[in-house]
Order: sequence, then C-alpha cells, then structure tokens
Amino acid sequence: MTTLLVAEHSNTALSEQTAKALTAATAMGADVHVLVAGKGCKPAAEAAARLAGVAKVLVVESDALEHQLAEPLAAVVTELASGYDAIVAAATTTGKNFMPRVAALLDVMQISDIVTVVSPDTFERPIYAGNAIQTVQSGEAKKVITVRTAGFAATGEGGSAAIEDAAAAADPALSSFVGEELSKSDRPELTSAKIIISGGRALGSKEKFEEVIVPVADKLGAAVGASRAAVDAGYAPNDWQVGQTGKVVAPELYIAAGISGAIQHLAGMKDSKVIVAINKDEEAPIFSVADYGLVADLFDALPELEKELEKVQG
Amino acid sequence: MKILVPVKRVIDYNVKARVKADGSGVDLANVKMSMNPFDEISVEEAIRLKEAGKADEIVIVSIGPAQAAETIRTALAMGGDRGILVKTDETVEPLAVAKILKAVVAEESPELVILGKQAIDDDSNQTGQMLAALLGWGQGTFASKVDLGDGSVDVTREIDGGLQTVKLTLPAVVTTDLRLNEPRYASLPNIMKAKKKPIDEKSPADYGVDTTPRLTVLKTAEPAARQAGGKVASVAELVDKLKNEAGVL
Ligand SMILES: Cc1cc2nc3c(=O)[nH]c(=O)nc-3n(C[C@H](O)[C@H](O)[C@H](O)COP(=O)(O)OP(=O)(O)OC[C@H]3O[C@@H](n4cnc5c(N)ncnc54)[C@H](O)[C@@H]3O)c2cc1C
Ligand SMILES: Nc1ncnc2c1ncn2[C@@H]1O[C@H](COP(=O)(O)O)[C@@H](O)[C@H]1O
Repeated sequence: MTTLLVAEHSNTALSEQTAKALTAATAMGADVHVLVAGKGCKPAAEAAARLAGVAKVLVVESDALEHQLAEPLAAVVTELASGYDAIVAAATTTGKNFMPRVAALLDVMQISDIVTVVSPDTFERPIYAGNAIQTVQSGEAKKVITVRTAGFAATGEGGSAAIEDAAAAADPALSSFVGEELSKSDRPELTSAKIIISGGRALGSKEKFEEVIVPVADKLGAAVGASRAAVDAGYAPNDWQVGQTGKVVAPELYIAAGISGAIQHLAGMKDSKVIVAINKDEEAPIFSVADYGLVADLFDALPELEKELEKVQG
Repeated sequence: MKILVPVKRVIDYNVKARVKADGSGVDLANVKMSMNPFDEISVEEAIRLKEAGKADEIVIVSIGPAQAAETIRTALAMGGDRGILVKTDETVEPLAVAKILKAVVAEESPELVILGKQAIDDDSNQTGQMLAALLGWGQGTFASKVDLGDGSVDVTREIDGGLQTVKLTLPAVVTTDLRLNEPRYASLPNIMKAKKKPIDEKSPADYGVDTTPRLTVLKTAEPAARQAGGKVASVAELVDKLKNEAGVL
C-alpha cells in the first residue's frame, strides 16, 4: 500500500500546498512517495525530501514538464500509477487541471476537493458551494484524490527521504506553452496567509482598491483578496478571487470590506477562524457569518483602521 | 467547423441548497433549476465564434432527466442550432458523463468541445479534463480567452498565480471560466424560433455507456453552522476586540 503525492512546485521551489496535501495523504495511512515532475526541479525535490514522513521522492525531468501542462504531466503520473493504490494532489489550478485527466486514463472516478480523510477509502467533500458536506466512499482499486488544502495544516520538515530519478513518459504533444502573466507581489499568498483583507464591488475602482485596501493589508502583513464582482470589474486581478469558483481560504483573520456575502463568496472564506465584515448595509448577509461586524462606510472605516493599527502596533 | 457544448441542468445559483433531514442528499423538490452558469458562458462563446464566421454549427448536449430538454431549449434560444438529450433519471458521475460525451463526439465529429469548468451542484471540476483524456485531445481549462486559429486554438487560462496561455492542436477541449464573456439573454423571437429547433432523444445505453456510480455517497450533511457574532460600534472597538478578545492581531 503506497500513496503517490504529486507535488505542486515552481521547479525552483516547493509550494506550501504540497506540505498541506501531504497531511491528507499521510492520514490515509500508507507510505507516501512524492513525485516532483518538472524541468530543473531538483531544488523542489530536495525540499520535498525534507518533509516529515515522506518515504521517497521521485524526480521526473523533461522540457515538456517545465510548465506543468496537463497532457504531459498526466502521462507521467499515469505511467507511474501501477505502483500505487492512491494518487493525491492539492486542488490548486494545476491539480484540478491534470488530475481528472489521470483519473480518466486510469478509468477511475476522482474524488475532488476532500476536506477530511475519514478512512483510507472514505472522505468528506463539500458540494453546492459548501452548503452540504458529502461523505463518499470509493470502491475503486486506485483512488484519485484532490485535496482542498485550506482544510489541512502543513506537514513540517524533519524528513530525509531518498531522491530517485524516474523516466519521463513521452509527451503526447497536444499542447504547448505560449506565455504567462504572473502577478508579482511581496505580500503573502492568499492560500497560505494568516490574515486576509478582501474588497468587493463597493471599492468602485482599481485606484480606490489600491488606495484603501492595500495599505491596511500592508499594516497587517496580510494577503489581499477580492469578490468576483471586484475582479470582473477589473479592480483586482483574477488570482485574488475568493469563493466557490476562486480560491478557498481559511486564515486566522478574514476582513471583508464592501462585500455583500453571496453564497459563492461565503463558500471560499466561511471556515476562517475570525471573520470581520465592514459594510454600510446592516442587513448584508456577510454579517451572518461575521464574528465582528462594523456597519460603516469603508472609505471612512479603512483609513481609520490603518491609524488604529498603527497605535496598537506602536 | 462544428462546436459541441455540453450543458447541465443544476440548482439555480441564487438558491441556497438545503440538506434533507435524513441525510440522504440535497432537497431539489420545488427548487428553481437553471443552466449551470459556466455552461451559459460556453454557449455564448460558441455563438460568438459562429458569429465571427469561425464555426458553422453549434450542437448542444445534456445528460439528465426529461426536464434537461428545457435547459437545451434555453441554449438553442441563445443561438445553438440543435440539441441532443441523453435522458436518464439516475445520477451520472463526471466519468460516465465524459464517456457519453466521447460517444457523442464520435458521432458528431466536432473540432471543439466547450464545457463549463465546474458544475455548481457537485463542484467536481472534472468532466472536461476527463473527456479530453478519453479522446486523446489537448485541454484548455479555466479559459478567460479563446483565440481560434487554423488547426489550433490559443487558450488563456485563469491559474492560481495569474494567467497562462497554451496552444492546443485541434480538435480540442476547452472549459470556461467566469471572465470569458458575459452570456446574452435570449430574445423573445429567438425563444419562439428555438421551439422549432430539433432535439434528438437518446439514452446512455444507446451509446453503450454503463452509468453505474463508482462512488458511494454514505451521507450528506449540513456544514458546521457558524454563529454570527455581534456588531462593534467603532473601528477602535474592533481593533481592541481583535487584539484582546480574539487574539488575532
Ligand atoms: C457561477 C458563479 C460563480 C461565482 N463565483 C464566485 C466566487 O468564487 N467568488 C465571489 O466572490 N463571487 C462569486 N460569484 C458572484 C456572487 O454571486 C456575487 O455576485 C459576488 O460575490 C458579489 O460581489 P460583491 O459582494 O463585491 O458585490 P455586491 O453584492 O454588489 O455587494 C457590494 C456590497 O458593498 C456594500 N457597500 C457599498 N458601498 C459601500 C461602502 N461605501 N462602504 C461599505 N460597504 C459598502 C453594499 O452594501 C453591498 O453589500 C459567482 C457567481 C456565479 C453565478
Ligand atoms: N449531466 C451533464 N450533461 C451535460 N454536461 C455536463 C453534465 N455534467 C457535467 N457536464 C459538463 O461538464 C462541466 C463540468 O462539470 P463537473 O465536472 O461536474 O464539475 C459542466 O459545466 C458541463 O459543461
């Protein structure tokens, strides 16, 4: 019984999502091997080998794997699958892209976005934007599973697993990488931040978003999130969207400013430890999940918050 | 070229799903049902490609109960040309949906299949990727831009770190994200016209696909409820509570 965890990485660094997915993989009880597939990905493989409880790290390198495109990555994983009883990856946009492809190639029904490992073949996963939690059992000989990482703490370091090279499967040559525009920021990533402040449609413009939300984020060392409405309107980039169809987060503190609290937004943040809502409409649904609600105009409240934070931070 | 657009009938996105008291599932009796929002975006994208002279026929397919014909009809009123209803009252998992779609592709030979990235009921986010795998085609998932060329398609994808563009050899599978387009409303004359557009009725067995679920749903439960806290009167009180009561600052 062995589980293969497919690592999320940027070749030069291992993503924290891998350490979180490892916690879920370990909970399934079997030995865990980590696959690092990429190009020039030794640094990521070394980081994976240091994670506690990893029994072995497999490295597969090829030009086709540099950008983790689904077709070549799924080919590699499918070829390795015969040695494993379960294949696990974080439910990031990379995992969501290649894992169902692996599942179909293996003729297995994938279990997406698990939040709890009940037993090696039984899992809990949210459906209907998190308004219901399903307990599903898989009778498949091989399990293909993606992990909603917000539900799992990251596994720490302390391991020293052996690193082995494995052969790359042939690239099916169906796709090629053209380019990317990655948002650059010194702020923490949404999915690993301890504090998040998100802005909604109420911000009214990209300029206001940057003028009012961002300074508070910087004071708090927080990541910045947004509602779909704010992203659609161009106030914030797409990768800031929190929700059912964006990122799912569970920080220590989530501040929602000028966000009404639609079902789809709540789906992405309602498991945060402490929720603060700032909204000028006291009837806004966001208040029904907020630990602390402030009925106020955010254009007054946020600059004031910045000043108050300055006071307590001394 | 022909475009195939699979559409799913799901709970309307404005309705909050309620779990049945006996834990056997979600209560859909007398609940408003609509086309999966991502599928409206797929239909719109196909129509735009047709309007731009890059496609000549749009075939809409849905796998579901008799009422899924209404969902197909909506897509035809938006601008689809004809429909295929694969009728079944059973729950069909994404893998089986993908197998049925593969068989439909074999009959229809589309150059492009455009699906939604995710159905808002099961939140699986699997079907398009599975279909691409079964067909041995390339996949452009979570598309925010589709640029159809000659023999290939460039797809800009919404990814965790920003945007990524890939080039796929045709035929290919695309799944849509929210920012791809804003779907149109069907006009009254088009709704009338759609009533005359043909919808073929089939069954999963016609395509030789076994839809027996692979997964067993043991239970469906309400998520842990969150208690709403109180209101604070001022920013100063908020900061004080966050620091001294919640301990998160
Ligand atoms: C398929 C689908 C998927 C979706 N996925 C997501 C998702 O992943 N994430 C997501 O967020 N949404 C998602 N949505 C959209 C969701 O339904 C809502 O439309 C969206 O969340 C609304 O964003 P908002 O709260 O910023 O805007 P609004 O609902 O317009 O709310 C703005 C709020 O700001 C308040 N306000 C206005 N001015 C001020 C002021 N000066 N000071 C303080 N408060 C003010 C108002 O009282 C109001 O409550 C999805 C929708 C669909 C159909
Ligand atoms: N029963 C169905 N009939 C037609 N299309 C479907 C069906 N189920 C899923 N799809 C398509 O697959 C997409 C993703 O669904 P899912 O993988 O279930 O999240 C949807 O947006 C639809 O385009």
